Amino acid sequence: MSTATAGAHDGPPESGVNYLNASYGIKSWLLTTDHKRIGLLYLVSVTFMFLVGGLAAVVMRLHLVEPQGALLEPETYNKFFTMHGIIMVFFFTIPAVPATLGNFLIPIMIGARDVAFPKLNLLSWYVFIVGAIITLGAILSGGVDTGWTFYPPYSSLYSQSHVAAVAIGVFITGFSSILTGLNFIVTIHKMRAPGMTWFRMPLFIWASYATSLIAVLGTPVVAITIVLLGLERLLHVGIFDPAVGGDPLLFQHMFWFYSHPAVYIMILPPMGVVSELITAFSRKRVFGYSFVAMSSLAIAVISFVVWGHHMFVTGQSIYAGLVFSVLSFMVAIPSAIKIFNWTATLYKGSISYEAPMLYAMGFIGLFTMGGLTGLFLAALATDVHLNGTYFIVAHFHYVMVGGAVIAYLGGIHFWWPKITGRLYPERWARLAALLVFVGFNLTFFPQFLMGYMGMPRRYAVYPAEFQVLNVLSSAGASVLGVGYFIPLIYLIWSLRYGKPAGPNPWGAKGLEWTIASPPPTENFLTPPVVEEAYNYSGTGGSHD
Amino acid sequence: MTEAAAHGAHPPGFAHQFEDMQQQREAGNLGMWVFLVTEILFFGGMFTAYIVYRLLHYESFVTGSHLLEVKFGATNTYVLICSSLTMALAIRSAQTGKRKGQIIFWLILTMIFGALFLGLKFTFEWRHDYIEHIVPGFGFQYRPEWGSLGPGVQMFMCFYFFMTGMHAVHMIVGLGILTVLVIMTARNKFSPGYYAPLEISGLYWHFVDIVWIFLFALLYLIGGRY
Ligand SMILES: [Cu+2]
Repeated sequence: MSTATAGAHDGPPESGVNYLNASYGIKSWLLTTDHKRIGLLYLVSVTFMFLVGGLAAVVMRLHLVEPQGALLEPETYNKFFTMHGIIMVFFFTIPAVPATLGNFLIPIMIGARDVAFPKLNLLSWYVFIVGAIITLGAILSGGVDTGWTFYPPYSSLYSQSHVAAVAIGVFITGFSSILTGLNFIVTIHKMRAPGMTWFRMPLFIWASYATSLIAVLGTPVVAITIVLLGLERLLHVGIFDPAVGGDPLLFQHMFWFYSHPAVYIMILPPMGVVSELITAFSRKRVFGYSFVAMSSLAIAVISFVVWGHHMFVTGQSIYAGLVFSVLSFMVAIPSAIKIFNWTATLYKGSISYEAPMLYAMGFIGLFTMGGLTGLFLAALATDVHLNGTYFIVAHFHYVMVGGAVIAYLGGIHFWWPKITGRLYPERWARLAALLVFVGFNLTFFPQFLMGYMGMPRRYAVYPAEFQVLNVLSSAGASVLGVGYFIPLIYLIWSLRYGKPAGPNPWGAKGLEWTIASPPPTENFLTPPVVEEAYNYSGTGGSHD
Repeated sequence: MTEAAAHGAHPPGFAHQFEDMQQQREAGNLGMWVFLVTEILFFGGMFTAYIVYRLLHYESFVTGSHLLEVKFGATNTYVLICSSLTMALAIRSAQTGKRKGQIIFWLILTMIFGALFLGLKFTFEWRHDYIEHIVPGFGFQYRPEWGSLGPGVQMFMCFYFFMTGMHAVHMIVGLGILTVLVIMTARNKFSPGYYAPLEISGLYWHFVDIVWIFLFALLYLIGGRY
């Protein structure tokens, strides 16, 4: 693969050695400790997991075209939505942005040669792969039907499916996100280049830092919870079983103590990506930098004290419910700060609508929808009506897909020239971005309506009156599928046929755009010195 | 290529991604502290569940606590505190540039104390529990004198084995780390200028000891034994 280093601010063009061609062969990849290569290993892995999880969604949407169910036995349907949830949550959305873009970008953005612990970084990928293989193996050998939340006593005593194996897979994968989080925290604290003060850090770094804090504090708790569940199942001793004095609600408390913050593990890094996209394509310093930065930390802190909103109807104390309700509303404040600041950044910016910007704009709209419908669910009274319906399904897909996945796609497009040294075809990319946006809304907006009218989630059959909405949703899913598939094709195509990108195709600011594309193995040939973040003033918005 | 020019000769143990030894040492220390925070949350999850159930089933948990032999727990507490001392002495020896024989002596002594702890736990204490039929999942038997407290006693024993078992796993990992440290010391890897692996492993070892102190108090001592 040839590289374009013409016009590089840094680095001799004649060398042409970069992290991709510095060494060859499968071994040089599987034993690499280069954060950029590890990022690509993750990219391939999570893309594969996304395809598997997406396949499950396709089967479910096909099944739900008919009220009596078109394809599957009810038991099999249960396994499909469980598989979709487990894979998409634990093996795609949680690692997607931090482990791919985060691994690739964090050291470069702060001016370091690598993360603080490169071998640990590689280990975290292997841990992820082991967890994924165990989980996929369990799914292939019969699957699991508990839902991704593994609620006991069904999961511990009654389910006949492979709960223990899948739980072990998820448990192991948790350590991969702990190791990645630990690595990022130390890297951000200790590896910053001269002049890279905390308030000159790119907002993506702030978001990744907040995410890493959550991963490090929350994941051990869900790990221990899953072990307790596994013990109860394997040894038939009562821990969560009410028949012998156990408390199934305790499981839910411990599970959501992690799994609510995990929502922010999934959404904070994409928010960081969006901050970078908005500022780059408005060619303007992000409005209220310190507010956007601090709102990431605020979200991380508040996220740990709101888990009870998943348990309003489980018999949790009404007073606890009141407190959790109020605290849940408070998450809206830092989230809204971000949305308002991004919008204010656009004001008087010289905006252009390349594909990454289309994704970023899509994110703002869809995340706002997801966030506002979250308030319906944080309110005690409306939650009683909406809990366990498709309204919740629609709500978290607006956040997790309309928010996280769309920002992830935007980020992949934005940094693709940096990662590969090649440009993707812009027209196709804009088409795909529009298809994703339209397909997404068509899939999930009808689910708000179904849920509001009372259609429960996780059922293989439904009353005939919901058929029109379900067919619309399935139609939307096929559009969405096409929207995902097109980038898969042209991004692979661009590896060979894409135009050479040059170091800074977007005219963006940030250390990653000062080095060659693809970057050299050690990132910076001369150690960078940082003077200001997002210094767009004076450049007049022209492309390099 | 450029790095060698920029940094000249590497001090021993220096990793390429850092600017200097100082940065490397700080990063290693911070990394271990962050790891210990995850460990606190890991054990914290268990402690929370234990405390919740202790409040729900107070009498059963007291009955369960009485089944444990304080003499085993107390001896092991003493053994572990000794091992923390010898670990600290090993680090001290490296820091002050003592002969490698002395560092190895303290490390091996630490390992002996660690092994003694596990030996007492597995071969005496857990065997005793097995004979008494109080190991959940492995021939656990309700006793008539417990009456309706039986399920709660079993729950207590679950937590007892789970928490001390997790602690034992950490001890075994610690023994593995100590073995590596002995080999590294024997190969002259450490000097007063570079003993970070010893220091970081020491943090881990002390942490595992402190967890035991909490376990000893929570499982063996509280609960109206006197
Ligand atoms: Cu939540």
